[in-house]
Formats: sequence, structure tokens, C-alpha cells
Amino acid sequence: MQLTVWTYEGPPHIGAMRIAASMRGVHCVLHAPQGDTYADLLFTMIERSERRPPVTYTTFKARDLGTDTAELLKTCVQGVHERFRPDLLLVGEACTAELLQDQAGTLAKSMGLPIPVVPLELSAYSRQENWGASETFYQVVRRLLHAQVPQPGSPPRERVSGQRPKANLLGPTALGFRCRDDVTEVTRLLNAIGVDVNLVAPLGASPADIARIPEADFNCCLYPEVALSVCSWLERMFKQPTVKTIPIGVGATQDFLREIGALTGIDVTAALAAQASRLPWYSRSVDSTYLTGKRVYIFADATHAIAAARICAEELGFQVVGLGTYGRELARDVRAAAERYGIEALITDDYLEVEAQVAELHPELVLGTQMERHIAKRLGIPCAVIGAPFHVQDCPARYAPQMGFEGTNVIFDTWVHPLMMGLEEHLLTMFRGDFEFHDAAAPSHLPTQATTTAQPAQTEMAQPQTPQASAPSVTPAPGGPLAWALDAERELKKIPFFVRGKARRNTELFAAERGIQMITVETLYDAKAHFGR
Amino acid sequence: MSGSGAAVGAHLDQGLPGTAPVVLRERGQCEVFCGLSSIVWLHRKMHDAFFLVVGSRTCAHLLQSAAGVMIFAEPRFATAILQERDLAGMADCMEELDGVVTRLLARRGDIRTLFLVGSCPSEVIKLDLHKAAERLTRAQAGVEGHQVKVLAFSGSGLETTFTQGEDQCVAALVPELPRAPVGERNLLVVGTLADVVQDQFGRLFDALDIGPVHFLPGTDTRAFPPLGDGTSVLFAQPFFNETAGLLAARGARLLSAPFPFGVEGTLGWLAAAARAWGVSDARFDAVTAAPAARAQRALIRYTEVLAGRRITFLPDSQLEIPLARFLARECGMALVEVGTPYLDRRAMQPELDLLPAGVRLVEGQDVDRQLERIAADRPDLTVCGLGLANPLEALGLRTKWSIELVFTPIHGFEQAADLAELFARPLIRSARLKV
Repeated sequence: MQLTVWTYEGPPHIGAMRIAASMRGVHCVLHAPQGDTYADLLFTMIERSERRPPVTYTTFKARDLGTDTAELLKTCVQGVHERFRPDLLLVGEACTAELLQDQAGTLAKSMGLPIPVVPLELSAYSRQENWGASETFYQVVRRLLHAQVPQPGSPPRERVSGQRPKANLLGPTALGFRCRDDVTEVTRLLNAIGVDVNLVAPLGASPADIARIPEADFNCCLYPEVALSVCSWLERMFKQPTVKTIPIGVGATQDFLREIGALTGIDVTAALAAQASRLPWYSRSVDSTYLTGKRVYIFADATHAIAAARICAEELGFQVVGLGTYGRELARDVRAAAERYGIEALITDDYLEVEAQVAELHPELVLGTQMERHIAKRLGIPCAVIGAPFHVQDCPARYAPQMGFEGTNVIFDTWVHPLMMGLEEHLLTMFRGDFEFHDAAAPSHLPTQATTTAQPAQTEMAQPQTPQASAPSVTPAPGGPLAWALDAERELKKIPFFVRGKARRNTELFAAERGIQMITVETLYDAKAHFGR
Repeated sequence: MSGSGAAVGAHLDQGLPGTAPVVLRERGQCEVFCGLSSIVWLHRKMHDAFFLVVGSRTCAHLLQSAAGVMIFAEPRFATAILQERDLAGMADCMEELDGVVTRLLARRGDIRTLFLVGSCPSEVIKLDLHKAAERLTRAQAGVEGHQVKVLAFSGSGLETTFTQGEDQCVAALVPELPRAPVGERNLLVVGTLADVVQDQFGRLFDALDIGPVHFLPGTDTRAFPPLGDGTSVLFAQPFFNETAGLLAARGARLLSAPFPFGVEGTLGWLAAAARAWGVSDARFDAVTAAPAARAQRALIRYTEVLAGRRITFLPDSQLEIPLARFLARECGMALVEVGTPYLDRRAMQPELDLLPAGVRLVEGQDVDRQLERIAADRPDLTVCGLGLANPLEALGLRTKWSIELVFTPIHGFEQAADLAELFARPLIRSARLKV
């Protein structure tokens, strides 16, 4: 048993639903009790989807358990076929049905429907949502393409000379972070260098489209969480190469173009030189000097976390102090990325563990999911959301891709915006006791509520404070309690509040290491000299 | 009215106008939450209680998705997620549960009552949480200074629909209520009420000289009201089937009344208690006349919007029938269809008596058919769950989320207009928007 307060991913059948909801002409039957229908609201509320996800639940009840839940499933499948007339049917079980062992998928497959029926083994008690999406996508592709798999040893498909190369964009799904806009952006990017998009899948693809996958010259694995297993299978069976660079960030987008250039023989120098992103200049412009060395904490799905770390380190001049993911499938990649920044990756799906690390590291910016937004809000740290899971406000009306050059512009704005503005920060350091600008005042360009949320009392409304809900305090140093002399405490208060926590922590660490028990003004400045800014 | 097409009439007999409502039963996909979702408001009401769901990742995901409750840093609910090794018998579920509970209670010294909440998977594998609760309570008795009462109830979707989770939870509290001395009268109001509403009702009962009055559940799970043969029970919500049975078995007298929604419902509800306490009509009128008149005045603004508009309720919170009665009788709305997850005759009879004749009352659900009927009927407003609201809006139909009806103070005189406003808002909004 695993004690869980919040969960990053849903159960695996949510992943299956995401594939069904992404595609056209696909319906999913889930053997599940009535409460599981809550999942519809993820699509209709978070993504404001105008249609219900194409999912029908058997909604068995206690009274059905005594009779025949398998029969109920068959009736349901038959009904779905007649009512919705899908081109392909997915049949799977949510957690409770898995225990009944009705073998829903196999049972539905044996019904002799005139359409492909794809049974799903979703392993509700060991796997999670992204795995469910990946597995479902893989099963769909395999089912629709197995008849086309060339004989082993046959040569890979040759491109007709004079024809523009074609790419499949694989991985975008419903409830994926900014997938809608990423697809548009990557399509533009490819078109600009003379590559056509053969198809996008699963988002917007029909089963007939899936059957055209082999017509492309290569696959772009845009979201490995969903598409990596499909891409590997296509590589093995169809000798279709995979472009693995994920074009999030300036450097990564350029690498993406170079990788495609090398693969197709297209000269991409013009595209690389086009200066299509404003990020490099915005980052070099003097106002951005204040971004230097900002301590940033990153936790999300592997794809977005790894991309964010590179952007922070190489393109914004931040210091990555923490990097992690909840997705175990790609943990190795995140570990490797963290090593590049001299830190150890945190691989966990325990929200409390992430919260403890954020509190301990005291970053100046958190880039994460909706979970980290809540953590950051509670700790009073600026935050931007960079990946799923996300709330309705992270599904914006405007065009806001993460990928490609426009994605870099969006990212610059979104990540820098929550921070204190450059000159503002300097003025604050200059006039520390500013009567209009203090702990309780928000950055001038943000709504005032930003500071009230910094108070933990806001989090549990009208509740007595629990020990966990109080602000993180410094652990007493071994070898005796640390005390602050009155004048040192006063001096500390002159330091702008957004760096005060760090200053306090550094000073106490400095004192503890030297066995100093009473922190004076001198200790404060000794520590400042020792640690630098 | 666009009429309810032939396909509708084919499987739903609408009943003859002028007769008592005919209840039609449907079976198919039920688009409702399970009882676990009750935890979302129960944990706000009971300040010292923690709800530990023993279930799957689906349960945890439902709880955090159902109501967007992630505003709480560390909420007083969590899920002990069953894993492969628990099911394969590689781990003893009871030992695992003990471990989880011990860790949890060590973290949360503020918890006085811990509810183990059963789920679909825990019921299918027949995990006896009641036994676990007894064992854990006994184990707690030895711990000094930190005694926690552990109770169990089921929020499983196999057995409970949405608000029935609250019924199960309160039913689990009933055995904890101390026995009231024989012949000692008291009034027990059952059902989660907003604090402000509870205080309003308290003042009215006081003025009527009805008392002592206790509310269940209360904010302090250690202060249990006494229960005995002198206890009269008023239900503030229509979903207390199980609790009602247990209270009656302890000798309490269940008062039959409409539910306190709208002026009429509130008057009828208070009157049931007044009759039981022998309050004179004159006294009753003197106490209720002013707040009732004030509520009626406040209602006018919204009845102007609602009168003559057509409404359909999808089955969801179990509040459908009382609210339909309020909207039809006090706001002049026309009832197209009233769905209810299940019909509890004992609780609903006073409400059914007040419903307009010939209303199309549907018990159970086949969501696809119901949506087809909505598409054919095109009501001005549809009350439905969150999963269905946007798809209906996309068809040009106005909707009201049913979950708001259990999160918002809507009971009593002072909230009658607020209740009407919830239904008027989508219509007012629709009239404003020019895009």
C-alpha cells in the first residue's frame, strides 16, 4: 500500500482514454463501476472539450457482481458498436474490473464485430497514466499496421526522388501539455525546411490515418512518454528512423533541425541562421542581467523537465538546483540530465517528497506541474507550469506552444514573468527599508494576491495550523541551538525579502559549520562574503 | 416546446397529466460520481477528522479531480493505494494498512477521528475495514495523549452514488452517539450544513422553543449528540436512507417533511418539528412570517428570470426532486424531466406529493438515451455533472453543475434566493453574451 495525498498521474486507463479522445473514429469501452465516469470531466473541464470523450463505461454495481458482469460487458460493447459506429474499438478494464477477471478485452474480441477490436491489458495496480497511453497507442498502431509489416530483411522504403520528405509527428494527445499548439508550430518548422507532415498521431488521427504511417520517411517522437514504444517498433519493423530531439528551447530546436537535415540531406543552415526566436536577444539584453544565477527548481514529466533544465542553464543563465520527474519510464534520461548540472535527480511520484526538497533548496523559481504550483504558492516562491498534470488555466485560449522558435518566445515570457523585474530588484536592494515595498507587497506587475498566498495560513482555510502547514524552518544545527543577536536580526530584515530566506539559511549554515552559537552582524557579513550573492 | 420525439416516447411512458408522477426506470451507463466524492465536503465540516480511502490510484485521482480541491496544501484526506503485491498476497493488507495508519497519525497530531473509507477494489477483495477500524481503535487506546477513534464506511461506487457517501459516513457515527436518558427530548438535524445555515436554523428553533437541537455531522467529531427514544430527527438532505434506518432502530422518531429548500420547503420542514413539539400555529407564524416574507421578496428578482423556463435534471446528487419542486412551485419553471439516481420513497414522499402532476420522473440512468432526450427536448437549463456540462453547452444548451448544489449554502429562508440565483445565472449570462 502506498500512502498518496495527491497523484501526478491518473491510473493507466486514463491514458487509454487520452488516446481514444485524441483520435477520430475510435471508441473505448471500459469495464468499470459508475464512479469511474468522473474521468470525463478531465477532458470537458480542463481542456474545455466540446464533446464527451468517446468512452463508454459498463458501470457495474454491487448487484451485478452476483450475476454476470461479463454479460453486461458484452451488451455494452454491442450497444456501443450500434450507437457510435466506430472504426476501431478499444476495450479495457479499470482497476475494479481487473479484479473481476472477466477478461474484458478478449471477451469483446471474440464477439465477431466487423471492426478491429483492440484488447488492452492495463495493469491498474502497477502502472500509471502515461504508461497506459503509451501502451494503448502502441497496441492501436500494431493492430492497424501488422498486415503491412515488411518481410524481415526487406530494404527500407526509398523516397521518390524530387519529392519532399515526409514526417509523422507522433505523441501529441488530449490532455498533453500544449500539444495542440506544438503540432502547429512543429508543422511550420518542418514546412519551412521543405518537409511535409504525413500525419499527426494520435491527436486528430483516424484508424485510416494510422494505416498511412509507413508512407513517411521518418517519425518525430515529440512526446516520448506516449510515442517512444511506437517509434521503436516502427524503427524495428518498418526501418523508419526516429528523430529523437525534442524541439523545446532554442538549442534543442536547432538540434532538431540539424538532426532532420542529416537524416534527409536537407540543408538547414538558412533555417538555423534565420533568428526566428527572440529569446537569445531578450536573454542577452541588459535587463536580463538580473536573471543570472537565479536558482531554479524543475520537476515535471521527463520530456518537459529535461528541456526546461537545458533552457534554464544555457539560454536564461539560471542555475538548476533541482531536477526531477514523476515518470519512472524515462527516469534514466532525467538522471543523465541532472548529472550534467552537477545535481542528483529526484525520481518520485510522492508529492510530499518534492515539497520537502523545494523547501530545503529554497529556489527562486519553480518550474513544474500543477502540484509544484501549489507547493510554490505555499512556500511563496514564483512558479510557472511547464508540463502535465495541469489545471484549466494552463490550457490557454491564445497560441502558446512550447516547441519550436515561437515556443521559446512563449517560454521566455512565461518563466521570467513571475520573477521580480530587474531594476525593481536592484532598487529594493538599494532601499531596503522601503515603506511601500516590503514582504507584504507583491512584485509591482503582479496582482496583489501573490503575497497573501505566501502565507501558509491561506492554505487550509479557517483551520488550526498543522505542523506540516507551517513555513519551513531551519533545522537546528548539531551541537547547540543557534540564536540571532537582536541587531543581526534587524540587519537581516534590511535584506529584501525575496532573498532573505536564502541569507538566513546561508548564515545559519555558516555559523553551524563554525560552531558559532550567537549570530551577530559580523557573522551575517562573514557569511555573505563566504557565499557570495 | 420542440416535443419529445418518437424515439423518446418509445421507451419512456410520460404518464398522464393530472396524475401522481409515474416513475420510469432506466438502466445503462450511469454518469455519476461515487460516494468517495462526499469526502470533499465532509472533511471541511469535520475539522478534526481524516479520511483515508483504501483503494486504487483511480480513487486518489477522482478525489483530486472531482472538485478541484487542490487548494489545500495537505488535505485531511488521502488514499492508501493498493498495489500488485497487496493483491498477489505478497503483502498482508491488514499489516500494510496498520503501517500506513501509524505513519499518518504520527504526521497529523491534530486528528481525532480517522475514517477508513472503503472503495470498489477494497470491496471486491473483501477487505474488512470495520474489523480493521476496531483493531486500530484498540491499538490507539494504549497510546497516551493521542487517542484517535478509527471508524469505517464505504464510499464504493458499487454501492454508493455521490452523496450517499455522506449517508454511509454519518451511519458510521450513529453507533458512537451516547444514549439519551429515557424520555429526554431533543431534536437531531442530520446532514452537512454550512455553519452560517446551521446558526440560522438554531435561532429559528430557539424562537420556536424547540430544543435542545443538535446537528450531525458537527465540526467536532468528539462531541456527539445524545440519541434515544425522545429524539426526533429532521433530515436536512434527502440522501440518508441507511442513517435513517439506524436512527429508527435506536428508537428515534423520524419526522416526515419536505426538505428545507425554498420558502415552502423550509416552512414545511420547520413545521414538522413544530408539530412534534406542539408549537401553536400562532407562535409558528409569528416566528416564521418575517423571514419567509423576506425570502419571498429576495426571490422575486430571480423568479422573473426563471418563470416559464424549462428545466431538465440529470440524476446526480439526489437533490433533484426537492429542487425541482422548489423551481416549479416557487420559481414558476416547467419541469421537462427529473432524473434521480434512486428513489427513496420514505424520504421523498412529502416532496413527491408537492411535485406538479404528470412530471416525467426517471430513476436510474442510461446517459446516452438521456442526452438524446435532452437534444430533442432542448430545455432552457439542464442540471448535470461536470463531465457533461461543456458538451451540452457546445450544443447551445445552458447548464448548471450539480456539484455546486452540494458545495453552496442553499438551505433555509435566507439562502432561498441564492439557490434560485444558481439557476438564474447561466440564463442571465447567456442573455449577456453577444459572441
